[in-house]
Amino acid sequence: MRRPVVILLALVLALAAVASAQAPASKTVILSTTTSTQDSGLLDVLIPLFEKQTGYSVKAISVGTGQALALAARGEADVTLAHAPGAEKKYVAEGKMQNRRLVMYNDFLVIGPEADPAKIKGAKSVAAALKKIADGKARFVSRGDKSGTHTLELALWKAAGITPGAPWYIESGQGMGATLGLANDRQGYTLTDRATMLAFAKRVDLEPMVEGDKLLLNVYSVMEVNPANGPKVNAAGGKAFADFMLAADTQAVIKRFGVDKYGQALFVPIAGRGSDEGDPSLPLK
Amino acid sequence: MDVLIEGVRRAAGLLAGADPEILAVLWLSLKVSGTATLIALLLGIPAGAALALARFPGRTLLVSAVNTGMGLPPVVVGLFVTILLWRSGPLGELEILYTPAAIVLAQAVIAAPIVTGITLAAVQSVPAKFRLQLIALGASRVQMVWVVLREARLPMLAAVMAGFGGVISEIGASMMVGGNIKGQTRTLTTAMVLETGKGNFDVAIALSILLLALVFGVNWALTTIQQRRAV
Repeated sequence: MRRPVVILLALVLALAAVASAQAPASKTVILSTTTSTQDSGLLDVLIPLFEKQTGYSVKAISVGTGQALALAARGEADVTLAHAPGAEKKYVAEGKMQNRRLVMYNDFLVIGPEADPAKIKGAKSVAAALKKIADGKARFVSRGDKSGTHTLELALWKAAGITPGAPWYIESGQGMGATLGLANDRQGYTLTDRATMLAFAKRVDLEPMVEGDKLLLNVYSVMEVNPANGPKVNAAGGKAFADFMLAADTQAVIKRFGVDKYGQALFVPIAGRGSDEGDPSLPLK
Repeated sequence: MDVLIEGVRRAAGLLAGADPEILAVLWLSLKVSGTATLIALLLGIPAGAALALARFPGRTLLVSAVNTGMGLPPVVVGLFVTILLWRSGPLGELEILYTPAAIVLAQAVIAAPIVTGITLAAVQSVPAKFRLQLIALGASRVQMVWVVLREARLPMLAAVMAGFGGVISEIGASMMVGGNIKGQTRTLTTAMVLETGKGNFDVAIALSILLLALVFGVNWALTTIQQRRAV
């Protein structure tokens, strides 16, 4: 009869090992953010800083932009950090989020095969370049997953006056890394953020084609979740994190991030430089 | 090919250097999946034995449900457990979403039907006449069940391995209920997906090798027990 006792003991020990001490709910901040923000590695630097400064414990949940904002709208998060201004403004208008403030931006580029079938290399206007891709039916790989990147891409097609479709337009439905892999494999064009492009530079055979267009700006904002969205929203914690992201010290850390690894900063901090509509006041540089 | 070689080298380096982050991830995976499997065993073995030996109306339906549960998509379990554990959900009071406890819960739900189903089949494979013989020899109901379980220990150990294997390699539910939070709920599988997404293929391969080594180690130990007792 000893074996059941052994099993029971093992179970109790295992449960004790797993049930680690959790910070009380009032000291926990749930940040819903996007996968590309997480993948850049910036949060791995900023979150420990915030936790040390304020004593809050942060749970950063990185999912697709759609899910990140939807979770916050349900009150399952306390603060969001996203880069989909269109969707963000909609949630603010609906009253689900409040106090949207600009934090930083990076940029997107259109990259493509060296052969450049659509002849768009060096183009200044991304809308014109996309029109050339569509007219020539050159292969283009899209995220197709309602992410911030995908949303921006769709806005660009709209600006070009094109409705993209099969067979030259392929939707991967996956993250940026996987989409780059697919674009590389099919030697097609794609839209990517600079950070992922740098990270994958050695692995893919695609060249930058179009960059610098104002429309290619990828603007990150922080928004606080309306406490009325759900029970137990930590409004104070959410505000503390949002304020932290805009603090001068944090903005300085953001400015330096990426220089050691890539030789260039991955983000440009722009706290406090927004227009009334909540867009960056141009020119930025 | 060089990506694979680089991955193997990385795996060796990570282990030899005792990288604290990797060790933490390894340990968490083992803890969480081990606990979930234990819970699944505690629930599944009695349930499987009871289903095998009892006769009641609706039994076939219940057995079909268990067999369906064996093929339950983990990501579906993840979604439902997440909704249960949301702040606004029925179990929101527990505040275990995005903690290891939530992953244990989800994985236990995934493993329990597997253990139940295999135990059910294992017990049913013991000849009915054997059970009759035990009762004829004066065994109580509990003693009879215990001896039958011991008789079926070969497939039962298979149930343990199947249950553990199913959850240690699981990603969808762990990602959803755990949140893949660095230092808190990052397991081997969720870490692998993260590193792949970031393009760190060598680290991802290193993690896969560690995961395979871990699963192999556990199964080797269990198989030794299983095959030794079989002699």
